[in-house]
Amino acid sequence: MSQKVLLNAKEVNIILHRLACQLIENHNDFSNTVLIGIQPRGKFLAERLCKMLREDYKIKNVQLGQLDITFFRDDFRRSDKPLEANTTDIDFVVENKKVVFIDDVLYTGRSIRAALTAIQSFGRPNEIELLTLIDRRFSRHLPIQPDYRGRQVDAINNEKVKVNWVENEGEDSVYLIEKSLSDF
Amino acid sequence: MKMGKINNIMSELSVNHLLGIKYLTKQDIQLIFETADHFKEVINRPIKKVPSLRDITIANLFFENSTRTKLSFELAEKRLSADVINFSASQSSVKKGETLIDTVNNILSMKVDMVVMRHPNPGAGIFLSKHINASIINAGDGAHEHPTQALLDSYSIREKLGTVKGKNVVIVGDVLHSRVALSNIFALQLQGAKVMVCGPKTLIPKYIDKLGIKVETNLRKALEWCDVANMLRVQNERMDISYFPSTREYAQQFGVTKELLNSLDKEITIMHPGPINRGVEITSDVADSDQAIILDQVENGVAIRMAVIYLLASKIK
Repeated sequence: MSQKVLLNAKEVNIILHRLACQLIENHNDFSNTVLIGIQPRGKFLAERLCKMLREDYKIKNVQLGQLDITFFRDDFRRSDKPLEANTTDIDFVVENKKVVFIDDVLYTGRSIRAALTAIQSFGRPNEIELLTLIDRRFSRHLPIQPDYRGRQVDAINNEKVKVNWVENEGEDSVYLIEKSLSDF
Repeated sequence: MKMGKINNIMSELSVNHLLGIKYLTKQDIQLIFETADHFKEVINRPIKKVPSLRDITIANLFFENSTRTKLSFELAEKRLSADVINFSASQSSVKKGETLIDTVNNILSMKVDMVVMRHPNPGAGIFLSKHINASIINAGDGAHEHPTQALLDSYSIREKLGTVKGKNVVIVGDVLHSRVALSNIFALQLQGAKVMVCGPKTLIPKYIDKLGIKVETNLRKALEWCDVANMLRVQNERMDISYFPSTREYAQQFGVTKELLNSLDKEITIMHPGPINRGVEITSDVADSDQAIILDQVENGVAIRMAVIYLLASKIK
């Protein structure tokens, strides 16, 4: 197994600021917008962006929720182990709101497909956008593209993109990990 | 990589059927509870349904009467988007002399993946699991086990008191005819609670102390000892002889009243698996008080059954 650094802490920080500014450009004061982190890994990115919008850009009313898509996935009974659920935490209705889904890596698009179904349990949003830190292009199984992307990455199937966060792994970084055939 | 899991718990049940608590491990119960937490959040959403089990068909076979268990299972199955077929013995070919295996195999020929069964004979589920190719959930077999009830009871204690471990739980009433009692004893002991049974001697099975539980025939002493009292109904329909002189005398000796609870120096939690005979095992003012978590048990029943069905269904290949 070999790995190389795609983004270091400084680069991640610059990209997060750019993404935050792009969100402000489209959503102004966020009065009719909610941010939804896609569990499990989108949570950290969503929390970070939310904090940045509140503290660095002084936007007071940013609403943030976390959505778990486990029960809406299309691979139930197709994997060896049962799919483990995570916490959903949405204490507002999304009816007529602009929703921004936030996830760390966009790969096949199946998680986002599941999230599009899952969010309907909380109302009918006016529109839904997608923000991802890493966009693995050429890997999509479904016609889903991000509206805001941090970095586009060309990775092949035996490579994995791993996003680390200070809160969780102790550093902000993005690695491209190549699995050797024996790891499969 | 999965986040947010502090404990090193398994992500899979150790069993392929839920036949009784006896066959579960402590980790199984923990996994069911954590999964039920997620489903409890789901059933409190504006839209309470998830599509997980859309390619699973479940047969509810009730060879014995049931109202709430059947409704609870059916609701849990529908909330998970499973296809559901129902069968009641009173309207079936069982009366025409068909055997259990024939009845179930006929139903399974219709491509059913999971069977939820209630049957008057103890061990019916275990017998069936050895002869048919489907996942089986025991919804009560005679006076043997009723595992989902015990799970939801423990889950409700955990919700109310934070943990089951170290709590004193007394099961009061007709222990002899109760499958709820036996499953509860196994579940509570597995989680580290201390268990006592209380009731007239005639309704306490002989040798039950061999299970490592206390036996008490004085209700006041039992209530003074416990944190939680699980009140059982007197199952008159299972009694072929008279076990106590009169219902009135039973209510005086073993009925929980508000006066009795107020005279204790602590507040205990009152549970009841239903159906309640108001004025017999508990009075109305107790059943409707804040100390009673009877309706929470009903809500938790749906979440627990969703968790059990979800976890078992994910093992069907």
